[in-house]
Amino acid sequence: MTVLADRPQTAVPDISPAPGRRKPGIRAPRMVLHTFLVVVALSWLFPVAWAVYNSFRDYGYTSLHGYASFGGFTLNNFTNAWEQADFGRHFLNSAYITIPAVILTLLFSSMVAFVVARFSYKFNLILLAMFTAANLLPPQALLIPIYQMFRSAQVPLWFSDSGTMLNSLAGLVAINVAFQTGFCAFVLSNYMKTIPKEIYESADVDGASVFRQWWQLTLPLCRPPLAALATLEVTWIYNEFFWATVLLQSGDKYPITSSLNNLKGQFFTDYNLLSAGSVLVALPTLIVFFALQKQFVSGLTLGSTKG
Amino acid sequence: MSETTATLATPASPAATSRPGRRGGRSKKRRSTADRITITLFVLIPSVVVLGLIWLPAISSVFLSFTNWNGVGPLTPDNVIGTLNYENAFTNYPPFWPAMMHNLIWLAVMFLVATPAGMFLAVLLDKEIRGSRIYQTALYLPVVLSLALIGFIWQLIFSQQEGLLNAVTGSNIDWFGDQRYNLWAALVATSWRQVGYIMLLYLAGLKAVDASLREAASIDGCTEVQTFFRIIFPVMRPINIIVLVVTFIESLRAFDLVWIINKGRNGLELISTLVTQNVVGEASRVGFGSALATVMLLISSVFIALYLRVVMKEDQ
Repeated sequence: MTVLADRPQTAVPDISPAPGRRKPGIRAPRMVLHTFLVVVALSWLFPVAWAVYNSFRDYGYTSLHGYASFGGFTLNNFTNAWEQADFGRHFLNSAYITIPAVILTLLFSSMVAFVVARFSYKFNLILLAMFTAANLLPPQALLIPIYQMFRSAQVPLWFSDSGTMLNSLAGLVAINVAFQTGFCAFVLSNYMKTIPKEIYESADVDGASVFRQWWQLTLPLCRPPLAALATLEVTWIYNEFFWATVLLQSGDKYPITSSLNNLKGQFFTDYNLLSAGSVLVALPTLIVFFALQKQFVSGLTLGSTKG
Repeated sequence: MSETTATLATPASPAATSRPGRRGGRSKKRRSTADRITITLFVLIPSVVVLGLIWLPAISSVFLSFTNWNGVGPLTPDNVIGTLNYENAFTNYPPFWPAMMHNLIWLAVMFLVATPAGMFLAVLLDKEIRGSRIYQTALYLPVVLSLALIGFIWQLIFSQQEGLLNAVTGSNIDWFGDQRYNLWAALVATSWRQVGYIMLLYLAGLKAVDASLREAASIDGCTEVQTFFRIIFPVMRPINIIVLVVTFIESLRAFDLVWIINKGRNGLELISTLVTQNVVGEASRVGFGSALATVMLLISSVFIALYLRVVMKEDQ
């Protein structure tokens, strides 16, 4: 972070001054700007840094010296949190929900988007509106019918050990797919509309079926938005809390995001343990954040930058 | 308007050539049976999922709100009780108006604090400055974290006994528990995430603004502030509307953070938590909960309609 704080001094002989937007000799405002941004950035990072810092500290030490102290470092919180809240199982649950849900979402949305972008049917606009709007409805407003529906939906035991869609991971996959398909269909259709139709015309001439055009032409061309959406959806579905909390009743089925509550005691909470748990839960999304930042950001802005 | 903020990550050129409508019905007619089956399935399968799991439940919520069904046994015409659930919700259900008020405060803070802050930071970071990427990364880091997790992270700061805030200030306030403060504490935590998200949306919007507009403005002697408010901001109208809609809808849907803190009680009632409390748990009041859900649906439909109008303009 000291590197960051040193930047203002070196910022003046910048190699790439934007013409017309920046004149030389305005050091003082630049300094103010950088100081301000450094302060804001550091205070934004602080809550995460504080959680990470305390996750490495012993509960006995912090309860003796207070949290605003230094020392008592240990790795035990992580092993304790992992065992106490059964993180292995819950991470697996998250994987069982997230991976199929993301694949199905992208599959379904690319199918709809393809039809909307490739052909000019009269119902295209209504279809797209129906999908896009579905993503914006408040989930809580659908809870009651979904709950009743899932409870009465009998499924074979090999499919869900609860015998119904309620309290099953499959039910959670289904509801996540239904909610996210709309957003992805909208983004993908915008992208697919920019694919020149001449490509399809020559594919038609070559006798390629519609299915092959989708699979071998459109999807490979859509790699950038698909990568962006996959990144975004993995994060979103992994982070999903509401449906998992209300539709799964047995704690052992909870995905990791909903299972953090296991670390919160009824009368007493070990905040160091909770910090370690939070860090572990955040880790996959943070890895996504740092490794696939470009995809994540472009996914977030894809849906909004079409005017 | 569509040119100025046109798709960021799309191949630039051929958008104009592929206008719908020019693909004639001719090609449609000579589609083989297999192709027609493919197209039908492509539309049908996703539609069944979305209609069945989103739209059917949405309509059912509205329908159930006029009944006194308790979720067990068959639903008969005797269960229809008209608007009684709504009357009860508005006049005979103490948490209803506080929850509406909290949602409104939530919206006001997101709209008047988080959104301008995000926009302001986007404007600062859009300039050619050293380390812009590093600042951006720090600011939108919370966006990848779930709101449930954010609740836990902020508990380390707001907790009465162990929290940093009380340790530093020497006060003894239960920030997440005391109903004089907990809504505001929750809003601080939410804004922490929302500012980064809004900043991201505006950064994308600002990058898409034609550079010649700024040049023309600076040649004409506009100050930076004038340029922003008179030229850049109006040009970003589509983004502004999307941010507005996102803010409204997210404020209405707010749930996770509050549920983590105390399941939406004691000063943290929100309309979303009231619906959930009426369904999950021992008291299953299907009809009444549906009336609350319908209120949510009604409010959100206004903004969904606005959103659709903006984003689908190009296709009409």
